[in-house]
Amino acid sequence: MHRRGVGAGAIAKKKLAEAKYKERGTVLAEDQLAQMSKQLDMFKNNLEEFASKHKQEIRKNPEFRVQFQDMCATIGVDPLASGKGFWSEMLGVGDFYYELGVQIIEVCLALKHRNGGLITLEELHQQVLKGRGKFAQDVSQDDLLRAIKKLKVLGNGFGIIPVGGTYLIQSVPAELNMDHTVVLQLAEKKGYVTVSEIRSSLKWETERAKQVLEHLLKEGMAWLDTQAAGEPQYWLPALFTELYSQEITPEEAKEAIP
Amino acid sequence: MDRFAWTSGLLELGETLVVQQRGVRLCDGEEKVKFDSGVLLLSTHRLIWRDQKNHECCIAVPLSQIVFIEEQAAGIGKSAKIVVHLHPASSNKEPGPFQSSKYSYIKLSFKEHGQIEFYRRLSEEISQRRWENMPTGQTIQVNKDPQAGRVRAVGIVGIERKLEEKRKETDKNISEAFEDLSKLMEKAKEMVELSKSIANKIKEKQGDITEDETIRFKSYLLSMGIANPVTRETYGSGTHYHMQLAKQLAGILQTPLEERGGIMSLTEVYCMVNRARGLELLSPEDLVNACRMLESLKLPLRLRIFDSGVMVIELQSHNEEEMVASALETVSEKGSLTADEFAKLVGMSVLLAKERLLLAEKMGHLCRDDSVEGLRFYPNLFLTQS
Repeated sequence: MHRRGVGAGAIAKKKLAEAKYKERGTVLAEDQLAQMSKQLDMFKNNLEEFASKHKQEIRKNPEFRVQFQDMCATIGVDPLASGKGFWSEMLGVGDFYYELGVQIIEVCLALKHRNGGLITLEELHQQVLKGRGKFAQDVSQDDLLRAIKKLKVLGNGFGIIPVGGTYLIQSVPAELNMDHTVVLQLAEKKGYVTVSEIRSSLKWETERAKQVLEHLLKEGMAWLDTQAAGEPQYWLPALFTELYSQEITPEEAKEAIP
Repeated sequence: MDRFAWTSGLLELGETLVVQQRGVRLCDGEEKVKFDSGVLLLSTHRLIWRDQKNHECCIAVPLSQIVFIEEQAAGIGKSAKIVVHLHPASSNKEPGPFQSSKYSYIKLSFKEHGQIEFYRRLSEEISQRRWENMPTGQTIQVNKDPQAGRVRAVGIVGIERKLEEKRKETDKNISEAFEDLSKLMEKAKEMVELSKSIANKIKEKQGDITEDETIRFKSYLLSMGIANPVTRETYGSGTHYHMQLAKQLAGILQTPLEERGGIMSLTEVYCMVNRARGLELLSPEDLVNACRMLESLKLPLRLRIFDSGVMVIELQSHNEEEMVASALETVSEKGSLTADEFAKLVGMSVLLAKERLLLAEKMGHLCRDDSVEGLRFYPNLFLTQS
């Protein structure tokens, strides 16, 4: 029985390649690629079936999303790597996180002049929820963290710094090494830190403490209060959530995106 | 309408809510009455109507009073209606809004639709006659408002029951979803194993795999979200998808780049492109991988990575080094500038302004003054005035 629809040229080429490989005594990767292609089609069907039953669950349920992401990570799959991936196309997870990425960038940009590019995960969460409006899907802090991890690749300095029980999100390409991070963690408790506190808690020399604090000042991530009783206090605007209004004015928002 | 009695609207013990619909007007036969905008609730025992503006105004009629119901289709300017024919009121009926009526039927007018579902449920309840099996006991009173002296909240039992049912169903859905998810992941794992084995074969036979096959393999990895086991780098570059994307980007970004002085940061591009797309958004990796191909595809844009790691898209015609010369002029005019000040003057984002000043410094045109007051740039007088 003839195989129809296969050009003579293609057959010849294939035979040539096959001969070439056989010559070298190697097994054709072509076979395995063909197998992968077939399995991929089957997997696509499985995913489609899953999506038709549970797509809503992923959309609506943040805990389910966490489970889903964790399971993917365990087996070595990144469902958010590409918008063209099956996961993104069929489960719609991609759009959810990529759009969140846009919203995160916009919030960080709008508040950068105030906090130097450092913001707590809580504040980011609040601002993002506000921007999304009442009728949008619920977004959890875990969702934000995953979106931010993806944004790192854009080279804008996105980073996640663990402090206290939570995280500080960095959105500017400022270099923050271990020393800076540790001082940020120290400052988290009260929103500010002093040279003496650094010396006593971290057992550092004054010079080292001062260097770190000056770097934070230069980057706009810390503000100096020289009028504090005792010694100067270095405050982190990223941490003063209760102390001042959270509103981003329309002017700030307009200024943020050139 | 004289079959209705005033009620608190609380569900009684044994009474369950079946369905409710907003925007319903009551008519006494063919005549309109003042009950023109309310929520109509169907329970296993009664038909309850509560005024949307004045929640205290609440009336109900037992389902046992219903003889039969009819549907009346919507017309031009008229909502769909359900006509409810009723038995005469019993003599020991509780007081209601009307003492008498010349009609033996009422009409429910669905101004905000919902009549199809309501009709269906009402028919069901009438035929099932559940009120006969569930004798109602005392009404449960909750949240008695001490100030108003009136009971406001709806009876708990019926609602709790409904919530419980919903919870059970949600739980069932979730555990089913998890089960299905686990099975799906098993299959995905097989794909990962297969791709590893192919990658090993490729590694062993360096050069024996055709370019075509490499591209195919990469696109399979892309679909599954598997990192390229051979190169360990972002697997996406080199697939047809990213090539196409690169070409699209060149088209989309030409004008915005021209409007912004020929240069944009990758985060700006990411936001712009995705906001424009609305759906089927690009992942950050998609964008980076596509941009990496711009130069090799000889497109009029290119990706540039500054020392700081900041990534930008430039027009090929853009020459950042030339821009540095004009930056130097600007700084000289003002004596000195910080990145913020420069950004405002020139109308650039602070991020890119800083990069330009840093580049100028790298090229020796500017000097920095790094103090706690910020990073300030001065023309490099060492160079010009030696």
